Amino acid sequence: MKQYDVIVIGAGHNGLTTACYLARAGLNVMVLERNPYIGGAAVSREIYPGFTYSNCSYVCSLLRPEIMRELELSRFGLQIIPYEGSVSMMRNGDYFANYADHDANRREIARHSRRDAEAYDRYALEVLRQCRFIKPMLLTTPPDPTSFKPRDLRGLWDLGKAFYDLGEKQMYDTIRFWTISCADFLDQYFETEVIKGHLAGSSIIGTALAPRSPGSAYVLLHHYMGEVDGNIGAWGYARGGMGSVTQAMAKSLQASGGEIRTEAEVSQIIVREGKAVGVALADGEEVHARTVVSNLDVKRTFLKVMDEADLPANFVKRVRNFKIRGSSGKLNIALDGLPDFPALPPDCPARQGDMHITDSIDTLERAYDDWKNGTWSRQPYVDMLIPTQLDPTMTPPGKHYMSVFVQYVPPYLADGEWDDANRKAFGDTVINAIAEHSPNFKDLILDVEVRTPWDLENEVGLTEGNIFQGELTMDQLLFNRPIPGYAQYRAPVDGLYMCGSSTHPGGGVMGAPGANAAREILRDRGVRSTAK
Amino acid sequence: MMDAKYDAIVIGAGHNGLVCAAYLAKAGRRVLLAEASAVVGGAAITLELIPGFKVSTCAHLANMLHPKVVRELDLNRHGLEWAKSALPTTVLAEDGQHLTTSQNTVTGIASGADSDLQYFPKFNQRLSSYASIIKSFLDKTPPRLGTADWSDRSNLLKLGWAARRLGRDDMREFLRIVGMNIADLLEEFFDSELLRGALAWDAVVGSNLGPRSPGSVLTYLYRLASQSERGLAYPKGGLGAVTAALAAAARSSGAEIRAGSPVAKVLLQSDKVGGIRLESGEEVAAPVVISGADPRRSFLRFVGSENLDTGFVRRVRNIRMKGVTAKVNFALSALPAFSGLDAERTGGRLLIAPGIDYLERAFNHSKYGEYSESPGMEIVIPSVHDNTLAPNGKHVMSVIVQYAPYDLRDDWDQSREQFTDCVIQCISRYARGFSDSIEACEVITPLDLERDFRMSGGHWHHGEIAFDQFMMMRPMPGVSQYYTPVPGFYLCSAGCHPGGGVMGAAGMNAARQVLATEVNA
Repeated sequence: MKQYDVIVIGAGHNGLTTACYLARAGLNVMVLERNPYIGGAAVSREIYPGFTYSNCSYVCSLLRPEIMRELELSRFGLQIIPYEGSVSMMRNGDYFANYADHDANRREIARHSRRDAEAYDRYALEVLRQCRFIKPMLLTTPPDPTSFKPRDLRGLWDLGKAFYDLGEKQMYDTIRFWTISCADFLDQYFETEVIKGHLAGSSIIGTALAPRSPGSAYVLLHHYMGEVDGNIGAWGYARGGMGSVTQAMAKSLQASGGEIRTEAEVSQIIVREGKAVGVALADGEEVHARTVVSNLDVKRTFLKVMDEADLPANFVKRVRNFKIRGSSGKLNIALDGLPDFPALPPDCPARQGDMHITDSIDTLERAYDDWKNGTWSRQPYVDMLIPTQLDPTMTPPGKHYMSVFVQYVPPYLADGEWDDANRKAFGDTVINAIAEHSPNFKDLILDVEVRTPWDLENEVGLTEGNIFQGELTMDQLLFNRPIPGYAQYRAPVDGLYMCGSSTHPGGGVMGAPGANAAREILRDRGVRSTAK
Repeated sequence: MMDAKYDAIVIGAGHNGLVCAAYLAKAGRRVLLAEASAVVGGAAITLELIPGFKVSTCAHLANMLHPKVVRELDLNRHGLEWAKSALPTTVLAEDGQHLTTSQNTVTGIASGADSDLQYFPKFNQRLSSYASIIKSFLDKTPPRLGTADWSDRSNLLKLGWAARRLGRDDMREFLRIVGMNIADLLEEFFDSELLRGALAWDAVVGSNLGPRSPGSVLTYLYRLASQSERGLAYPKGGLGAVTAALAAAARSSGAEIRAGSPVAKVLLQSDKVGGIRLESGEEVAAPVVISGADPRRSFLRFVGSENLDTGFVRRVRNIRMKGVTAKVNFALSALPAFSGLDAERTGGRLLIAPGIDYLERAFNHSKYGEYSESPGMEIVIPSVHDNTLAPNGKHVMSVIVQYAPYDLRDDWDQSREQFTDCVIQCISRYARGFSDSIEACEVITPLDLERDFRMSGGHWHHGEIAFDQFMMMRPMPGVSQYYTPVPGFYLCSAGCHPGGGVMGAAGMNAARQVLATEVNA
């Protein structure tokens, strides 16, 4: 039996990121993946013959450029194709589009309201300021505010100083931004319902919040703080689907001597004398290592693959109280041709980007109310994209793949199970909503894969199907993420670490938790890090 | 302008205006208090609903009156008496399964509440210790961020130290829960739906929040922090007795109170305050004007946006103050018989908040400009303990109803009757035969609060209690220390730190600030 330096449980993008950094530092790393394929929720899969689906995460922006650079992901095949727009289609046949081009954007806003066009620059500036404020924090280990250790005091000092340096006015604006609801934030700038509804979409994706829930303005930021080729807030497609991100990571890992084993489900983290010493696989095999890193969410890590007796009782209680509600579903659709959206101008660049169906913030709120009542939204928020317009590698010529992200979908239904009938009913709700805006859409459908939070939990392993491995609310951000006192990637057992999106700075295909965890592990092992 | 007869003018004789005027007068200043309404007291008044029935028109419990105000203004000597203190709270269920909480105990029959009985004191104790951080700042001027002022810095350090002094585990827990929603927190602690509903009510009452809205733990902590030792209490003669005592205190120190004198404008002389003009056209000179009106009214109406920076005006307009709370007052021919409730508990505070989901559903309506079909309610019948309020054997009942949004999609004036029916029906589900005992009733919607009580947006607290409108950010950045960009113009209302509730702390803090800053005042 081989002894490794490090075992990483789960080959998601964060697990692979951690593994890459550790392997590059010269450690002997083994990544264990339960599924027959790697990638976690950043995968490209051929579900329908000839069609590649990004069947979980579907677009790319948050992946930290430092990580792309340091792990040489471009050299290992990752290519990001930026797209340049988004649009919300309205019930009355009108639309509102958002373009990367500043002037085009302004003209489009002015078409709805000249006052809002004036306000947009103020709005964009404020969001950009907040992005700049948060960016340095992403690849930083959160300091423990209760600790008197020099390192934590310095971290707190740095955090305080960054805040203080904003100046009095912006300090207040920052507190406001981090705590208010997206609706209140947008109300400060805009008067047009559809503009607010369009922008508010980013504040609800993946969360158990709605635009009127305080704290949702931050979620907006979480979707804006990414970049493509240095363009802050831009989004792009990974060529070949999101699996290309994790494939490139895997190649980078293997090039540094790391190993990956698929179909190797970890059933137990082995703890001896208060120290993690390895893992037991489902088939009984044991793999040993001095360090074990879990890419699984905290609930799965500590409640499913660990013995409670190995953990402090108080910690277990806190893990149980971790908020990780699933709220998102997805449809992956194979299309025989390009569906038309007659409301949009033929040359509208947003046709290649995010398309939504929204009239107002109220639409999103009502969608949320359905979720609170334990059913999928009758009028859901959809974020649909047809990446094959820009990336022909995913489908046969002339055919298309459409990714439809749906908010809100509960992991458990108030009445009934996620059986085939309910899954179909949910899928039909979404398809009908789209068909209202695209007359030829239904006729083009070759295949539909319906994914509910329940599926995400059972297939990808995300508890309750929460795409961020835990809600992005104040009680679970920064030094509170995932559990107060355990925000520095170390579990309460020696030799055991967390590197998933449950940890700071949270979800999205960002890689930052993985990079941060690797840095802490190397620090504990006294190995010089290659990461910043 | 004529020579100043007064050192300072206070606009609005609500409890904070009265407190401020009383403190200034006590310090020897010549003070005029100008009140628009014919009645002194703002939202803390007792009025006759129909002959013989007197009811606390708006606020109906005095659980927050700051002890320093009571002591320093000697309110007991000026006529403040208590009819009953430390009232228990009973949360009702339609099936008659009630649950009563008081200070540190829970009693009553309710399924699944066994472990809750045990946890409740712990929960209370822990949250009270977190609330004590806020409590210690109620009677202080909140520090500003990023100034070079030594007292701001020392106050900020004190705040940080107060959190650190909790100890490591409690500080962590405090930092975790402070931004949470109350529903999640209660679900971590308690099993009983009734108990959760009761506690969630305290978090959302008066706020435009549902139990699942983040920020509702902060409002709960605020409520705990401002609770005085007396607990929930009825002043003898209703809430009007509190402001009557305050007015007496102010007058006895020489303050002049002019009711029925609405202010039209704050007058400026070379960018400094010169006095006020009343709606009657009369001008009164004073170097200092302190407004007890809400911040939006104070700046946009009294000072006028033409005298303020654009950015400042924008911030004023963005103060969140959309009221969602209505008040319904009844004159009753008999004590309502709430099913399963004995007469003693009927005299306490009764809640219709049978669970978190119930309140959340009630809240859903308000998001779309509708009133709740099944609203949450806080019911008190003070005449059980105070026989001055109603004829013998008869009663007055005062009900806070939530949610009833200010910006109702339909017209409030046309929906008023339907809304009242809805409230009566809802109460009747808990007290059979209730509707037969109604002799008279009045409804005060948030719109009425704006029109008749001059609170912008009809918000009881003159602005939401939320992180972005709390302490150094209340009512908005830059004016949290009671002075404003207009020299000589101050704020003293609940819109300022520490916030709403019949507390008087804002008035007291503002007076201190005026005395410290103004040489002439």
